[in-house]
Amino acid sequence: MNIGSGSLVTVPSSTGSWKSGDVVSDQFPVGLRVLVVDDDPTCLRILEKMLRNCHYEVTKCNRAEIALSFLRENKNGFDIVISDVHMPDMDGFKLLEHIGLEMDLPVIMMSADDSKDVVMKGVTHGAYDYLIKPVRIEALKNIWQHVVRKRKYEWKDNNFDQSGSVEEGDRQQKPSEDVDYSSSANEGNWKNSKKRKEEEEEVEDRDDTSNLKKPRVVWSVELHQQFVQAVHQLGIDKAVPKKILELMNVPGLTRENVASHLQKYRLYLRRLSGVSQHQNGLNNSFMGHPDATFCTISSLNGLDLQALAAAGQIPAQNLATLQAAALGKSATKSAISMPLDQRNFFSFENSKLRFPEGPQQLNNSNKQIDLLHGIPTTMESKQLANLHHPSQSFVGMNMQVNSTSQHNNSVLMRLSQSQPRTQLLNGANNGSQVSRLPLSMQQSLSPVLTQSGIVDNARGSVYNPVSQASSMVDFSVNQSKELQSYNFSLGSNSSGMSSLTNQGMLQEEVNSDIKGSRGFPSNYDIFNELQPKSQNWGLQNDGSTFDASLHPCMQGTQDVSSQLLLQQGISSTHNSGQNRNAPIEKPMYSNGDEIGHSNTMCGSQLNSGGGNMLAVKAERFPDADHQNTNIREQFGRDDLMSAFLRQQASVGPVETEFGFDGYTLDNLPV
Amino acid sequence: METNNIHDLRRQVANLRQSLFDQGYVDEQFIELEELQDDATPNFVEEVVTLFCKDSARLIHIIDQTLENHPVDFAKLDNYMHQFKGSSSSIGAKKVKTKCTQFMEYCRAENVEGCKRTFQQLKEEYTTLRRKLEIYFQYARQVGPTETASCHPK
Repeated sequence: MNIGSGSLVTVPSSTGSWKSGDVVSDQFPVGLRVLVVDDDPTCLRILEKMLRNCHYEVTKCNRAEIALSFLRENKNGFDIVISDVHMPDMDGFKLLEHIGLEMDLPVIMMSADDSKDVVMKGVTHGAYDYLIKPVRIEALKNIWQHVVRKRKYEWKDNNFDQSGSVEEGDRQQKPSEDVDYSSSANEGNWKNSKKRKEEEEEVEDRDDTSNLKKPRVVWSVELHQQFVQAVHQLGIDKAVPKKILELMNVPGLTRENVASHLQKYRLYLRRLSGVSQHQNGLNNSFMGHPDATFCTISSLNGLDLQALAAAGQIPAQNLATLQAAALGKSATKSAISMPLDQRNFFSFENSKLRFPEGPQQLNNSNKQIDLLHGIPTTMESKQLANLHHPSQSFVGMNMQVNSTSQHNNSVLMRLSQSQPRTQLLNGANNGSQVSRLPLSMQQSLSPVLTQSGIVDNARGSVYNPVSQASSMVDFSVNQSKELQSYNFSLGSNSSGMSSLTNQGMLQEEVNSDIKGSRGFPSNYDIFNELQPKSQNWGLQNDGSTFDASLHPCMQGTQDVSSQLLLQQGISSTHNSGQNRNAPIEKPMYSNGDEIGHSNTMCGSQLNSGGGNMLAVKAERFPDADHQNTNIREQFGRDDLMSAFLRQQASVGPVETEFGFDGYTLDNLPV
Repeated sequence: METNNIHDLRRQVANLRQSLFDQGYVDEQFIELEELQDDATPNFVEEVVTLFCKDSARLIHIIDQTLENHPVDFAKLDNYMHQFKGSSSSIGAKKVKTKCTQFMEYCRAENVEGCKRTFQQLKEEYTTLRRKLEIYFQYARQVGPTETASCHPK
């Protein structure tokens, strides 16, 4: 293992055995797989080095969306995530929520901001810890405890449920909540450290006889969709884990799984309710529709799409095409979801590629089922049946939906952008793999959809060589290990590009600075005598150390993008231009903005009908932003959910996050 | 066996390093970086400082631009400066970090003149630090990696 090698790529020596079961192995916590997300390259490098020195397997990433897609593609590829709070493309807390909902990994937040309210925000969003920058290595050495603690509670919950003791399982819920608010190694910043130690002792006493080996429930797209439907049917106030579980009817799923997921979902909705107002405003301005619920258009998922299709708003041939493109499992559902939901870029793209592969659908769908992590996917018919319930409420939105015309463009942009990323990942290491991996990455992108929680049954294995997909997706430990060891500098693509474009400016800046410094009176004799030999220190070093890494990224990105787009007969000039100008100068701090923006795109795409599928979306779509779509869609969909929930049932005051626990839920009146 | 020249050089490097601490240019975080340096990454500190300077140049440029806009977008400034503060604190750039904090206070008070004045000071501090670190690294590279992580401030 290249521990401390400082290279971008690390081939880990351990093969995930740490995670898969043997927490008390000799090597523990060596090989803990950490994903660290920070837009600050300096901090990112330091953290990477620190984590490597802790003998962890580190993957670094400077864009939240890239991190999310990476997590989605590498299910169970990471044990813990460390993320900065302030990032230009996505708020760290949003990322935290996403990860909690989709991947259920422990997330540690960090920031230079140590103000109490921000730290509290971390706590309430479910962060396992909050580190104040500058982070010391001592703080990182102990992060493994969060993984252990989390797994212990997950296993406990599941175990108790299976043994039939519901009350004990409920009680187990409480400690897991308390644990979320405890601190770890960041001394002095949390007053709960003593409390945490007490809890730890309690936990250890209770868990003496239990091992931590328990497969984590993976909330796939279908599963989450079933969950959401069940919640809808019951009404958010009356959604009891027991009832939800019954409605979902997923073998192997426990009430505790549902309860913990429900807890997160409620937290999520709570966040969104605060954001939805802003989204409404944005959507109105974009689309010109007075209806406040239109903010969630882009988030229309499968069930809504079915309603729309049923309402005849989607052109029949369009729907048929989409249906044909979907996986065999739930054709209508996925087809409906495709044009509207930006997250379905992959699915749409898959569908496009699938057109000549109709007869293979069933085979692929079977294989697709295999790809799920133990979650049977036989629920589609049931889901479809349930879809009809909410259909009526969305008829009014059909007009809005039909106005989308750019969805297809974004699909292809996504494809083109996924390619550069894979090339980036492999470019530095093995050129021969480039041709292979892009396809595998595309295929492995399918799990991205599943984990994004969108009704997207065309889960990417729509590609012809589905068998390859299944091998490429993280079932292949080596593959996933490779992938996860790569540094996702795709985000740095845009930053690299912008920084390279800026270098000209920086050059002047530095030159002027240097000259200024020479004229600047120096008060220190030591440094007066020793004048710097190089004029453009910062930049020259940059040239030697950074260009090599940045140029290939840029070139790779541009070349692949253009290749892909040309192959598909799309003109992407304005897109590329927009891509390059995108990220650094326009940090997107408001997720609501993004959602509103994406809503616009969705609204306009559907109108184009089936013919315009291949047109490139005329919109700013920076390289790193294609990851945005996942997030936007996720939010959009849940916005729709919340909007729907408000429509369907009088959503009374939701219980406080702190007051919520599985025990209480069971006592709610049905 | 060390020659006198090497011996003098080592002492020079140690003095340079000590003065960085004594004069408050860097703080304990710099030692954290030094302790991360090992055989696998013998120039880790320099590498990180280079990263910092590259990113700082970008931030300084964009902050300059933002300060010239009318009206001044204080939210953006606060955001940029937050980034700057984060990265400067991560390498232990003490004086620069202090200026960042001052700047953010003026930002919150929406005091344009205060911001501009503080930013000018910040740029000077940053330039000075870069120059000193550059010299230090040049000498440190000549004597090899053994000298850097031995001394502690005060």
